[in-house]
Amino acid sequence: MDTKISFTLNGKPRTVTTDPDRSLLEVLREDLQLTGTKFGCGEGQCRACTVLVNGVSKASCITSIGDVDKQEVVTIEGLANGDKLHPVQEAFLAEDAFQCGYCTAGMIVGVVGALKQNPAASEPEVMAQMQKHICRCCSYTKYKTAIHRAMAQNGKAHA
Amino acid sequence: MKTISPANEILPPDFEEINYDELVERVDYDFGLSRRSFVKVLGAGLLIAVTIPALAQEEAARRGGGGGGGGARNLGARIHIGKDGTITVLTGKVEGGQGARAELSQAAAEELGVSLSSVQMLMADTGAVPDDGGTYGSMTTPRTVPLVRRGAAAARNLLMEFASQQWKVERNTIQMRDGKIFDAAGKRSLTYGDLANSDAAAKLFEQAIPADVELTSVKEWKVLGVPALRPNARDIATGAHKFPSDIARPGMIYAKILRAPAYGAKLVSIDLTPAKAMKDVVVVQDDQFVGVAAPNSSRAEDALKKISDTAKWETVPQPSSKELFDYLKQNAQGGAPANPYADEPAGAKTARQTYHVPYIQHAPLEPRAAVAEWSDGKLTVWTGSQNPFAVRSELARAFHLPPENVRVVIPDFGGGFGGKHSGECAVEAARLAKTADKPVSLRWTREEEFTWAYFRPAAVIDAEASLDAQGKITTWHFININSGAQAVDTPYTVGKKNCHYVASKPPLRQSSYRALASTANNFAREVFMDEIAAAAGTDPLEFRLAHLENPRLRAVLERAAKEFDWPARVKKKAPNISVGLACGTEKGSFVAACVEVEIDRKENKIRVTRVCQAFECGKILNPANLLSQVQGGIIMGLGAALREEMQFENGQITNASFGKYRVPRFDDLPELDVHLVDRPDLPSAGAGETPIIVIAPAVANAVFRATGKSVNALPVRLAAT
Repeated sequence: MDTKISFTLNGKPRTVTTDPDRSLLEVLREDLQLTGTKFGCGEGQCRACTVLVNGVSKASCITSIGDVDKQEVVTIEGLANGDKLHPVQEAFLAEDAFQCGYCTAGMIVGVVGALKQNPAASEPEVMAQMQKHICRCCSYTKYKTAIHRAMAQNGKAHA
Repeated sequence: MKTISPANEILPPDFEEINYDELVERVDYDFGLSRRSFVKVLGAGLLIAVTIPALAQEEAARRGGGGGGGGARNLGARIHIGKDGTITVLTGKVEGGQGARAELSQAAAEELGVSLSSVQMLMADTGAVPDDGGTYGSMTTPRTVPLVRRGAAAARNLLMEFASQQWKVERNTIQMRDGKIFDAAGKRSLTYGDLANSDAAAKLFEQAIPADVELTSVKEWKVLGVPALRPNARDIATGAHKFPSDIARPGMIYAKILRAPAYGAKLVSIDLTPAKAMKDVVVVQDDQFVGVAAPNSSRAEDALKKISDTAKWETVPQPSSKELFDYLKQNAQGGAPANPYADEPAGAKTARQTYHVPYIQHAPLEPRAAVAEWSDGKLTVWTGSQNPFAVRSELARAFHLPPENVRVVIPDFGGGFGGKHSGECAVEAARLAKTADKPVSLRWTREEEFTWAYFRPAAVIDAEASLDAQGKITTWHFININSGAQAVDTPYTVGKKNCHYVASKPPLRQSSYRALASTANNFAREVFMDEIAAAAGTDPLEFRLAHLENPRLRAVLERAAKEFDWPARVKKKAPNISVGLACGTEKGSFVAACVEVEIDRKENKIRVTRVCQAFECGKILNPANLLSQVQGGIIMGLGAALREEMQFENGQITNASFGKYRVPRFDDLPELDVHLVDRPDLPSAGAGETPIIVIAPAVANAVFRATGKSVNALPVRLAAT
């Protein structure tokens, strides 16, 4: 049964009328044309589909659209402020962190989420969160350096 | 100044070339549609106005495309200069994360004398680019980079020639600076854009690229040889880049395909009516092919579920992973060859071992994906593949179309690792789009990618050797059953050798992987070397060096051992900590690694804590990307070394998910100590594959050193005590 679902998406109100059991990932990609969030496994095992729901990082492939009714959703497309990239995006670019780039959006949103949840998080705490993410190119060394850089900047911002 | 530097030459590779197209077992779809009249695919919808490349394309089409690729027939087919001065380099190579986009941009910018940012790449659109062959076999660096450099150098020469005529000055008085050329007084200048605005100059772009065009020598390089970031990196970081699975077309619908419940199962009957009764659902059955498409994926899934519940299948017995190695050996073509030296007078010592290497999956994070669109009997497909022209042939064959009526576009895609040479997903999307009369998007599920994509071949490897009293290898017998011939020969100096690959009857669909069979052959050879070194009572490093003449392989082995401090490390006794090493050469590059492992006998766990690798691939073209490739290869290699293994039974893969098939994650990351050896005196070889080949054997050797028990299978496990 199609249902009317209203939520905030990247700061703007959105309403969709659809089957509430469809995944958030599918609705973002197919109905709202926000394809920055990627499908990787469909079972929350790789986190290529990471988005923020009320500031908390979630696997959108196993989150139903019905579950985000009246909630606040942020995707990779919502991180930059106009032309100004989010510091985590900047850090990933500065470190040449990714190879194919398919997991990158999920990684960036994952780091943003970890720091949003706990701005004082230690690097091991953030890395523990990132353990959920798969990079099949195995660009983990450069990703780790990029996360370190992002956290150093975050530290400055919070100092 | 004519420069003949080795890095400028296109040398025949000093390794065996493989016909990858023959290697891939394609899904043989045949949708017997009627043959259409010849219509040129070029024209509408191209990203840039291509005129001369269209001619080149016709040529390529007549030659059949695919394979090694014919390359650009003329200058205009390689380099397009817009009237606004935009420089576009055209190539049939793809970008799947390995760095071709940056590297080929560097190659063009270097020779054109312009900045890196002023060059755009148009990659892998068969409607516009020359056929440069598939992106595999580490060939972009040794083959395509020189071709692009030649084209760019020829364009630079044309600009010089043009200015010389316009200004009526000697060519050698003209200078190039900041992407422009100036006369001796620095008063008059011309750009590539000026060239494009001259009809006479445009005519010159129809000429073939001269083979002897002068190239910039390595010591004068400004753009090549220095780190270059991926040109479209920002789009990746913002989510703006459209991967194949992100492509959207007006009116597009989403597809799902009915899969057999087991390998070899035949569809006997199916009732399509439940899906046909659903609103806006397209259902297609064409012999064994059954697919559905709907306005969104969920509805397509519902429709598929309804009809798959009605499907009746006929299954045939299939071998399981438990009996895999016996099966491969029993089915070895002509039987497993015996050791021809077995009857010779025995040396001081003999050794014999059989190694097992399992099937594994590439599991690129972006599964196979395609969007297909038909228009006036012509087909356009956007898909993720390493082989655009072969996918075009595959589509042309399946739909009985002339290749000119098929356009394949490969957007930068989410990983391949040798796993995306084929076009089955493109064919499936196109079949549904044909009936739907709408663009169709098909993205395989993870389970489909794990099950229906092809696998890295499994192997049974028999190794036997004899040693003389001085500890020298006198005979060497090494047989790879099923996985392939790459690196089956030994790089070591041995008395007599018998190294062969023997085909078998593979129970799973198999093909390329990163470095092909050299992952299996290097594993077995390097682990066997440690076993016989131990039998001879010699240190593995010394034992290898005593049998190794190749100076490049010796150099990386010595370098890795030195950086790791091998002689001291082997003496240091620490409980539960061990070290191992391995080396190898493949695709014209050379690699050695020393690893440190931590063994937890109580938890039955092996953890790699440090990898020190030395890698040499001639002159380094993009140090930043090379580092990424080497680091990525090492970590990917740890997955195959310690965990990855396909399990199957009754024709079904039983671990077809990231939950059951664990690939490396952040916490597997060891301390990495990578040494990139730059050799400006040597031509550049590719680097995306070779770094992986030493990881599994080095880990196995560390475990062997710690436990004293032979390691003869991947993934490496601790023997039961």
